[in-house]
Amino acid sequence: MTLTLETTDLKVQLRLTDAWFTVCDLSTLLPGRGVAALLPDGSQVAVFTDRTGRLYAIDNRDPFTGAAVLSRGLTGTHQGHPFVASPLLKQRFDLESGQCLDDETVRVTTYEAKAA
Amino acid sequence: MSTDTSTIVLIGHGMVGQRFLEALAERGLTGTHRVVVLCEEPRPAYDRVQLTSYFSGRTPEELSLTDAAFVEEHGIELYVGDPAVAVDREAREVTARSGLVVGYDVLVLATGSYPFVPPVPNKDAEGCFVYRTIEDLLAIEEYARRSTTGAVVGGGLLGLEAAGALRGLGLTSHIVEFAPRLMPVQVDEGGGAALLRTIEEMGLSVHTGVGTQEIVVGDDGAVTGMRLSDGSELSTDLVVFSAGVRPRDQLARECGLSVGERGGIAVDEQCRTVSDPRVFAIGECALAADGRVYGLVAPGYEQAETVAATIAEDESSFTGADLSTKLKLLGVDVASFGDAHGTAGDCLDVVYSDSRSGLYKKLVIGRDGTLLGGILVGDAEAYGTLKAFTGSVPPVSPESLVLPAGAGAPVQLGPSALPDDAIICSCNNVRKGTIREAVTEHHCTTVPEVKKCTKAGTTCGSCVKVLGQLINAELEASGVEVDKGLCGCFSQTREELYEIVLALRVTSYRELLDRHGREDARGGDGCEVCKPTVGSIIASLAPTIGAGTHVLDGEQAALQDTNDHFLANLQKNGSYSVVPRIPGGEIAPEKLIVIGEIARDFGLYTKITGGQRIDMFGARVEQLPVIWARLVDAGFESGHAYGKSLRTVKSCVGQTWCRYGVQDSVRMAIDLELRYRGLRSPHKLKSAVSGCQRECAEAQSKDFGVIATAGGWNLYVGGNGGATPRHADLLAQDLSDAELIRLIDRFLMFYIRTADRLERTSVWLDRVPGGLDHVRDVVVHDSLGICDELESLMAAHVAHYRDEWAETLDDPEKLARFVSFVNAPDTPDPVVAFVPERDQIKPDLPLLHIGLRPADDLLEGTATR
Repeated sequence: MTLTLETTDLKVQLRLTDAWFTVCDLSTLLPGRGVAALLPDGSQVAVFTDRTGRLYAIDNRDPFTGAAVLSRGLTGTHQGHPFVASPLLKQRFDLESGQCLDDETVRVTTYEAKAA
Repeated sequence: MSTDTSTIVLIGHGMVGQRFLEALAERGLTGTHRVVVLCEEPRPAYDRVQLTSYFSGRTPEELSLTDAAFVEEHGIELYVGDPAVAVDREAREVTARSGLVVGYDVLVLATGSYPFVPPVPNKDAEGCFVYRTIEDLLAIEEYARRSTTGAVVGGGLLGLEAAGALRGLGLTSHIVEFAPRLMPVQVDEGGGAALLRTIEEMGLSVHTGVGTQEIVVGDDGAVTGMRLSDGSELSTDLVVFSAGVRPRDQLARECGLSVGERGGIAVDEQCRTVSDPRVFAIGECALAADGRVYGLVAPGYEQAETVAATIAEDESSFTGADLSTKLKLLGVDVASFGDAHGTAGDCLDVVYSDSRSGLYKKLVIGRDGTLLGGILVGDAEAYGTLKAFTGSVPPVSPESLVLPAGAGAPVQLGPSALPDDAIICSCNNVRKGTIREAVTEHHCTTVPEVKKCTKAGTTCGSCVKVLGQLINAELEASGVEVDKGLCGCFSQTREELYEIVLALRVTSYRELLDRHGREDARGGDGCEVCKPTVGSIIASLAPTIGAGTHVLDGEQAALQDTNDHFLANLQKNGSYSVVPRIPGGEIAPEKLIVIGEIARDFGLYTKITGGQRIDMFGARVEQLPVIWARLVDAGFESGHAYGKSLRTVKSCVGQTWCRYGVQDSVRMAIDLELRYRGLRSPHKLKSAVSGCQRECAEAQSKDFGVIATAGGWNLYVGGNGGATPRHADLLAQDLSDAELIRLIDRFLMFYIRTADRLERTSVWLDRVPGGLDHVRDVVVHDSLGICDELESLMAAHVAHYRDEWAETLDDPEKLARFVSFVNAPDTPDPVVAFVPERDQIKPDLPLLHIGLRPADDLLEGTATR
C-alpha cells in the first residue's frame, strides 16, 4: 500500500439528508478499489477514490441484478469522467452523476463525499 | 442430354466421386436428374488424404466428407457396400452386387485405384496388409497389438505415411524402397538425402536400393520376416505394401471400354470415354487426354468439375494438371512443384542444402530467368509463393528465395508481388484476382470469410497462410484502418503490451499507462478492460521483471477483477464460491471429509465440477478467510477457479487400475497441474491427460491435452468445449515425460506472449498467421530462437509459485479487505440470502424487489438483460 503520512488521520464522510456520516479512515481507500459501507437506514453505499485523491460515493446496489456489489467493480476514466464497472454484468456507472453509461434509462443514487 | 427424367449413375464414392456430386448439386443438376451412387466401401466418401490422421486420434466419422443431410437434401440415391459388378452398355444398365439393376443416361466411373502388391512369394500371408482404406487401417491396428516390428514396402508418399503410422502404433519400423532414394517421384537425390537423414533420426530404419524378394513365414503361416534382393533378411511381424497404385479399370475392360496400355480408362478432354459418349471416367481410374493417370486429388477434383460442367452443357475441359504437392510426412515438410526434376533441358538449378538441419531447397530456373519448378524438403514455408510464381520471372533473384532468413539478405517475397491470374489455391483453382475481389467487392475481411466466399484454402489448406497475407495487403491497400488497440486507453495490442512490460521491466500499471497509453488516457484511471489485462501480464512475468508475486500486492490489487480480488468466484447474488485445488482429480477420503465438514458448517451448496473437483457456493466475503484457514490447515491450496489461469488437469484413472491404460495418466496430470498452477494467462487454461487412445479424460477438448501412447505421450493443443467446440490439434507425438513438459512450457509461454485478451488457445491458434504450423515451428523447431527464453520464463514461474490463499491468511493488511462493510466488519451483507432447494441452498432470487432503486419503472423495458 502506498499511503502518504498526512492523510492517515483523515476520515471519509458522506452527506446524508441531515448530517455528515463517517464511514472509514481515508487510508483504508486504495485508488481504483471501492469499499462498501452500511448506512443508518440499512441501505449500502460504495465509496471510491481515484489516483488524484478525489472521493466518490454511489449506491452499492447493482440495479441490473439487485446484488450489492458495485463497490467490488473496477474503476476507470471514460472521456474524462470517472466510472465503475459492475463486477457482475459489466455495465459502467459514472461516479459523479450515477448515470449508467451503457443504458441511459438507468441511474444510481450518488452521495457527496469529503475527507475531514 | 439434360432431359428432365434422365438418370446419372456414379460408380464409386471416393473423394473425387463426392466432389462430382457436389458439383452436380451446385449446378442444380441433382434437381433435374435422378442421381444414383454405387459405393463399394461400407461407408460413404471420406478424406483418404488424411487417412493417417486416424492413428493420431481422428475417428472415421471425422474423416467423412459428406453427411446424410447432403445426400438427402439433393435426393441422391446412395447405396453403400453395394459395388457395381457389371455394365451393359447396350441396354444402358448397371448391375450391383446385391442384384440391383439401374438404367442410366449418363454413367460416370470413379472407381479409383487399388494398391499394387509386387508378385513376391507369400504376399498374401497372414500379417501382410495394404494401406488404402479405413478398413485396412483397422486391420493393421488390430494386428499391431500382437507385433513388435513392422516393415513397409515402398518409400513413396504413402509408404512414409504408413511407416509413420506403424511407429505411432509403437512398432519398430522399417522402410524398404527399391529406388535409390525416398520419395523418388517427388524429390531428387539431394532432397532424398535430406529426407533420409531426418527420418532416420526419428528412429525409423530405411533400406533403399533393395527390392523385396520373398515374404518369410513361420510354421503357422504368419509373417516372420522378408528376404531382400541384397541377400539380407529383415525380421518383421507385419508387412504393409505401399508400392504404388494401379487404376481400377476392370469393370471398364469387361464392358469393352478402351483402356491404356498400362491401365486407365481412356478419356478425352471432357473426361468422356473415347469408346462411349454416355460414359465418363474421373479420378485415379482415368487415363487423361494428356496420356497420364493422375494419382492426386486436385486433378481428380478438376475432372469431376469438368464432367459436371459437360453434363450441364457448359464448356469445360481437362487437359492436364500440375503435379505440385506439399505434404507433411512424419512432421517433415516435403514439397515439389512445376518441373521439379528439370526435365525441360537447358535449365539451371539453384540449390541450398543444409544437411545438419535436414534442409534441402532446389529451384529450377530457365535460361531467361523463368522459375520452372522446385523441391523443398525440411521447410516448405515458401511453397505457396514459389508455386504461384512458377512460369514467370520472379521479381527478385532466385537464390534469395531459398536462402534461410538471416543468411545474407533475407527476402520476404510477399504474395502481393504476384500477378492477378496467379493461382493461389490449386485444389480449388482460385486465382489471386478472385481473392482480391472477395475483399474489395464482397467485403470479406478475414480468412474464414474469404474461404467461404471463394472456396480457396478449403481442401488441403496449404495456401491459407498466403491467403491471410493477401487479405491483409488488400485491406491495407484499400485504406481500411483497423484500430487494433486493446481499448480506449492503449493503442497497442495485448501482445505489444506484453513485449513492452517484459523488455522495459514495467512493474506498475500506472507507469505503463502514463508512458505508453494513448495521449488522452495518460494520467487517468484506465478502464475495466486494460486493468485486468495488464494485471495479468505483470502477474505472468512477475518473477522475471521483479514485480510482487502476489496478485493482491500493492497496486496489483486494484487491477484485478472482483474474482481475483477476493480469490473466489462471484455469483449472481453477491456471494462467492470456493474451489480448492484437487490435482488430477485425485483426493484422499480424509480430505473429502474436510470439504464435507466445511460445507456443512458454513451451510454451503456443493457441486462436483466438470474439472474433477468440488465447488462450494454461497460464502459471504467475510467468511472466505475463515473457510480458507480450515482448507489450508487440511493441506488444500487455491484452485484458481477465479483466475484467468490454469484451472484443472483432468485425468482418467490410467494404467495403474485400468486394464486398457498404457501410461500413468494420473501421475502426469498431477505433475502438470502442480507445475502450471497459478500461471496467469490471457484466458483460462484447461487440460487433461488420458491414459490410452480411448480418451476418457477428453483431452482433445482442452487447451492442452495429453494422450498416452505405447511409446510415450501425444500432445494436443487448442481444443475447446463450450459454445464453439474445437477438437485439439496434434502438436507432437510419442514424447518422453521431459520432452512433453518442455514442449508444454514453451507452448503456454508462447500463447501467453502472443494471444489477445480473453483469447482462448483455440481462437488464438486459428488467428495467428500460419496457424498450427507456425506455432509448431516456433515451439518445436525453435524457428524464432526464443525457446530458451520461453523455458526460462516458465522456470521462473514454477520456482516462485506460492499458494495465494496461504499468503493472504498470513497478511493482516490483505485480510482486512475481506469484509462486507468497511464500517461494520462483523455485519453480513443482508442482500445475500438463501432459500432451500433439494436439501441444499440456492440464492434468494427476488433481489430486484429489495432496497432502493432509482429507475424501477424504466427498468421494465430493459428486461432482456
